[in-house]
Order: sequence, then C-alpha cells, then structure tokens
Amino acid sequence: MIGLLRGFGRTALSIFERLGRGTIFLLYVLAGTPGLALRPSLVIAQVWSVGVRSLVITVVSGVFVGMVLGLQGYNTLVDFGAEESLGVVVALSLVRELGPVVAALLFAGRAGSALTAEIGLMKATEQLDGMEMMAVDPLSRVVAPRFVAGVISMPLLAAMFSAVGVLGGYFVGVGLLGVDEGAFWSQMQSKVDVYDDVLNGVIKSVAFGVVVTWIAVFEGYDSIPTSEGVSKATTRTVVHSSLAVLGLDFVLTALMFN
Amino acid sequence: MHSKTVEIGVGLFVALGLAALLMLAMKVSNLAELTTPDGYQLSARFDNIGGLKVRSPVTMGGVRVGRVVGIEFDDHTYEAVVQFSVNPRYSRIPLDTSASIFTAGLLGEQYISLDAGGDEAFMTDGGEITLTQSAIVLEQVIGQFLYNKAAEGGS
Repeated sequence: MIGLLRGFGRTALSIFERLGRGTIFLLYVLAGTPGLALRPSLVIAQVWSVGVRSLVITVVSGVFVGMVLGLQGYNTLVDFGAEESLGVVVALSLVRELGPVVAALLFAGRAGSALTAEIGLMKATEQLDGMEMMAVDPLSRVVAPRFVAGVISMPLLAAMFSAVGVLGGYFVGVGLLGVDEGAFWSQMQSKVDVYDDVLNGVIKSVAFGVVVTWIAVFEGYDSIPTSEGVSKATTRTVVHSSLAVLGLDFVLTALMFN
Repeated sequence: MHSKTVEIGVGLFVALGLAALLMLAMKVSNLAELTTPDGYQLSARFDNIGGLKVRSPVTMGGVRVGRVVGIEFDDHTYEAVVQFSVNPRYSRIPLDTSASIFTAGLLGEQYISLDAGGDEAFMTDGGEITLTQSAIVLEQVIGQFLYNKAAEGGS
C-alpha cells in the first residue's frame, strides 16, 4: 500500500520536475532568440530542414484529405439535396480543424522526430559539451534557431495544407461529382469567416508549432546521451507532441468556437 | 552554392505559405466581401424574424443585394428592428417596397426578400420599409394545420 503511494508520488514528482525543467529550458531558448536577428542564416538553414523538407508530405496529405472530405461530404449531403454545401463542409473542416491538427501531427512525425534525434545525437557525441568548452552557448546556437524555424514553418505548412485541401475537395466535388462550381465557391465564401475561422486556424497552428517544436528540442536536449536514450527521446517526442496537439486542439476549439 | 539553394528554397517556401494564407482569406472566406463598400442602410420592423441572423442575405428578385447588419428588439412596440445594408449599385428601390422573411429551401437559412413597389421615389440612406411580412414559423403552421384538422373532425 505504502509502496503504491510512493510509486504514485515518485511519478507525479518526476512529471512535475520534467515540466519545470522544460519551462526553464523554454525560457532560456526564448532568451537566446533575439540574438538570432544578427545571424538569420542559422534560422534559414533550419527552416530549410524543418519546413521546406516537410513540404511534400504536407501538401500530398492535404490534397488527399481534401479529396476524401469531398467524397464523404458529398455522399452525406446528397441525401438531403444539399450537395452545394460541399464547399462549406470541406473548407470549414480544413480551415478550423484538420489543417492545423493534421499538419501538426505530420510535422511532429516528420520534423519533430528529426530535431530530437539530431540534438540528442549532438549531446551523445559530446558536441554540445564541446561548444560549451569553446564558450559557445548551445542553447542560443543550436536550439534557438531550430525552435524559431519550427514556429515559423508550422503555420505556413498548415495554411498550405488547408489551401491544397480545399483545391482537392474542389477537384473531387466539382470535377468528378458534378457539384455546381459557382455554388461551391459562393457558399464557401458566405459561410467561412476571415476572423472567426481562418484567423483562428492560424492561431491554432502557431500554438501547435510552439508546442511541437518545444517538445522536440527539449526531448533532444534532455535525452540520456546513449543510443537507447536518443531512440526513447525520439519516440517520446512523437507520442507526447501528438497527444499535446490533440489535447490543446480541444481546449482551443472550446475557447474559440463555443 | 549550397547556401544559395537553401535560401531560394526557404524564400519559395515562405512565399508559398503566404500565398496559401492569401488564398484562404480571399477565395475561401469572406474577406473580399467584407472589404467592399457597405452601401446604404435601410431598416424594417417585423413581428417575428424567426431564425434571421446578422449577415443573412437580403435579396431582390432572388438576387443578393445586401446583408443584414443589425437586429434589435424594440421594447415599446414589441417588434424586431432589422437593419440591413444594400449595395450602392442598387439605388432605385421604391419607397413602397415590401420586405418578407423567407427560408431558402425547407430547412435552409432565412433571408429577407424585398418586393419592389410602384412608387416613383426611391429609398435613401436610413429609410425604413413599412410593409413587412414576418417569418413563417414552421411549428405555428403545423400547429394551425393540426388544429384545423381537429376542428374538421369534430364537426
């Protein structure tokens, strides 16, 4: 009994300790970001590896998600003779939810895991220690550019996901299923609001970008410097950031669209 | 060479992202509509507006000519006051125009339909439409129908 309680206590304490360390880590990283204005090339190189190289998987997924939404939405709506609303269904589900969330999940899998593995291996091969020996702060030199790049890339990827998704839905709805083109766009435009829907979607994707990148760089920096430790940290990044994105999405949706 | 490719790629990436955002704002959502000139304001009083909402369409002959911008309740006359703006292109709305609230389809959204009268003078900004017909509330119609049926059956 006492042992069980002790186990609970130890787990709770270690969770809080990690959360605290993560927060302090984030503050240090944020403190290191202003210095990047002097060296934008560091950020650009990271936007390339984090953002540009996630482009293909994001865009392809976006097209397919949009096409599936078009097909499924059409099947449901045609029973009510409301297939003209297909544009609204596709656009609202993409802009409000699927765009930010699915793009963030893909981002966690494609870029987050890579960030963790990279930083974790730098730690395991003592590159970070080497930097410290040379009086270079690894937080502002290695971690901060990656964090900033992730936060910049995520909203752009989510916007592209939504945009190509709408085009995919348009292709299936108008091109294959014969929904009226004018009704598709005009109903979409009259029901989707710039501030309520598009802007809130962008805010969501920024929040997801911060959370996913934060978890990824923290797990890498905090990993046990062995090959097993790095592999565990990479797994944790994908699992934790996916769960965090889904949980945060619920909270943000409840706040924004109640 | 390598850093040049990287920079071009990142530039392209950011441009594409912003283009996607622009497309979402202009093509998918109603930003283009919000930025068009508001036109002139008219108002109408209804006994019951049903499910009319702000930004509901205002049509004339089935063509959208404006949108509802405000709905208030007047607690002196117990009527709903609906304000709507009309596109300045349509400036020849006669003074004796009547307004009704209809439903698009059986279960669709509600909108205001204007029926032109025969007056020679036209509405100007701040004008009020006096001939109005309230929304048809489906429950009332069904209730009335059942009541009539029951009355027929009883006699």
